Amino acid sequence: MKSVLPVLTVIAAILGIWLLAVIPMNMHLVADQAQRDGAVVQPETPAARQGLSGAALAVRNPALIPLTYSFKRPRLPSPQQVAGEMYETIFAKKITSKRSLVYHGWVTLAPTLLGFAIGTGLGILLAVGIVYSRVMDRSVMPWAIVSQTIPILALAPMVIVVMGSMGIQGLFPKSLIAAYLSFFPVVVGMVKGLRSPSAMQLDLLRTYNATGSQGFWTLRLPASAPYLFASLKIGVSASLVGTIVAELPTGARAGFGARMLVGDQYGQPLVSWAALFAAALTAAALVGLFSAIERITLRRMGMAAA
Amino acid sequence: MSEPQSVISARNLDLTFQTNDGPVHALKGVDLDIRQGEFVSFIGPSGCGKTTFLRVMADLEQPTGGEITVNGVSPREAREARAYGYVFQAAGLYPWRTIGGNIRLPLEIMGVPKAEHAERVARVLELVELAGFEKKFPWQLSGGMQQRASIARALSFNADLLLMDEPFGALDEIVRDHLNEQLLKLWDRTGKTIAFVTHSIPEAVYLSTKIVVMSPRPGRITDVIESPLPKERPLEIRESAEFLEIAHRVREGLRAGHADD
Repeated sequence: MKSVLPVLTVIAAILGIWLLAVIPMNMHLVADQAQRDGAVVQPETPAARQGLSGAALAVRNPALIPLTYSFKRPRLPSPQQVAGEMYETIFAKKITSKRSLVYHGWVTLAPTLLGFAIGTGLGILLAVGIVYSRVMDRSVMPWAIVSQTIPILALAPMVIVVMGSMGIQGLFPKSLIAAYLSFFPVVVGMVKGLRSPSAMQLDLLRTYNATGSQGFWTLRLPASAPYLFASLKIGVSASLVGTIVAELPTGARAGFGARMLVGDQYGQPLVSWAALFAAALTAAALVGLFSAIERITLRRMGMAAA
Repeated sequence: MSEPQSVISARNLDLTFQTNDGPVHALKGVDLDIRQGEFVSFIGPSGCGKTTFLRVMADLEQPTGGEITVNGVSPREAREARAYGYVFQAAGLYPWRTIGGNIRLPLEIMGVPKAEHAERVARVLELVELAGFEKKFPWQLSGGMQQRASIARALSFNADLLLMDEPFGALDEIVRDHLNEQLLKLWDRTGKTIAFVTHSIPEAVYLSTKIVVMSPRPGRITDVIESPLPKERPLEIRESAEFLEIAHRVREGLRAGHADD
């Protein structure tokens, strides 16, 4: 609970900057609209206004400032507009509605979780291979690193299009991108975790004449638990980003990524912003969920207080 | 084979490590016999090969020359027969297992029937005076208690030979005195053969029936002292003339080893 105050302070600072930024960002649009509605705006010609900064325009037309917070198609929506849009699309709409963010959230979350599960499973298997096989250590690890240098924005449309041409659509192609992003932190964390037992602990097992698999199950696997959880938290948020990126360039009609793109293309910034914040909240919830599982598991294992 | 059987028998044992700075002679021409029921200490400065010698007995290092047998067979066969319990410098308990769980670890690995676990854990915990701590996690115990738990772990599978590598080296002197006293009692009750590496002269003299003094470069044995002290040893024995005389001889042996540098 000690972290509440610092977190609130940061949120308050961000809100403050946001609220201030809304005025200059939307001032030109508001001034143009006010003039069309018959109000007197300084300076009078749009061309002259273009030469002024948003802040300077606000100073000359203080009466218009409140309007920047409620403008219908703003360049930068105000926090209350985004909150209103989110309330409406999350709580007020039926979740079966195509405008419900809960519906779009599930469309994104399902492939995120599937991809995360695939990526985690694959990551653990690769890590075990890398730790136990010198050949895999030499051959797989460099490729795992190279795989993360390929821009996902370039790769995602290719995967979606190629799989689409093979008749595979919907959940699976997006899961593949999510898995692609999440397996890497799991591999890195698990390799480190599986190698974390000291030489002394390995010697101890040798004095017991323990088999390799006994060493894996009694020592290496439990020792890697703290490393695995650190990786899972990175991996699950990477999965969400991967799914959203997979939704962006491919004309997907549902999901957070599709909402962000639709809002952008059809001049509905509120839709984009609401989807953006909903995605951020989803990521925070997923990471929070895994933090809670981590705390409970490590406490049960007796490792939390150490 | 005479009455007390030879547990460890080393003849002209050599071990050379190949390092980037050239070969290091960790052990050279080492001859030693440890008979059943003896408490043998290995003492010497760092680099004298005392830990290496212990690790050779445990089949954790391979000698490069000479011969060694443990219970009459090679160290490898002895290890595969789980002939010894090894206690390391650090307790090395698994943090995710309780004390009882740590002691059950070798039992699980060696396939001891589950029905016997509880009885064995209780017995060894009682031997190291940790009865009642079975359900605690390692972090809830002091360093000395953790080391006792690791000794209990080494005792749980009933090996007759106990190899101990500076087990009390990291503990303060008061705790160490207490543990030394306990260890002697434990040795008396169990009749185990103990090989004990230390760098403390009083510890070596207080505990041992036989003190092996070693010196470095190359690692070798410079003196073997059969202790005339009685088996019953209260802590006060360390102020007796006999005790001080042996300690003096050990110190002389250590100094002689250093004089060749």
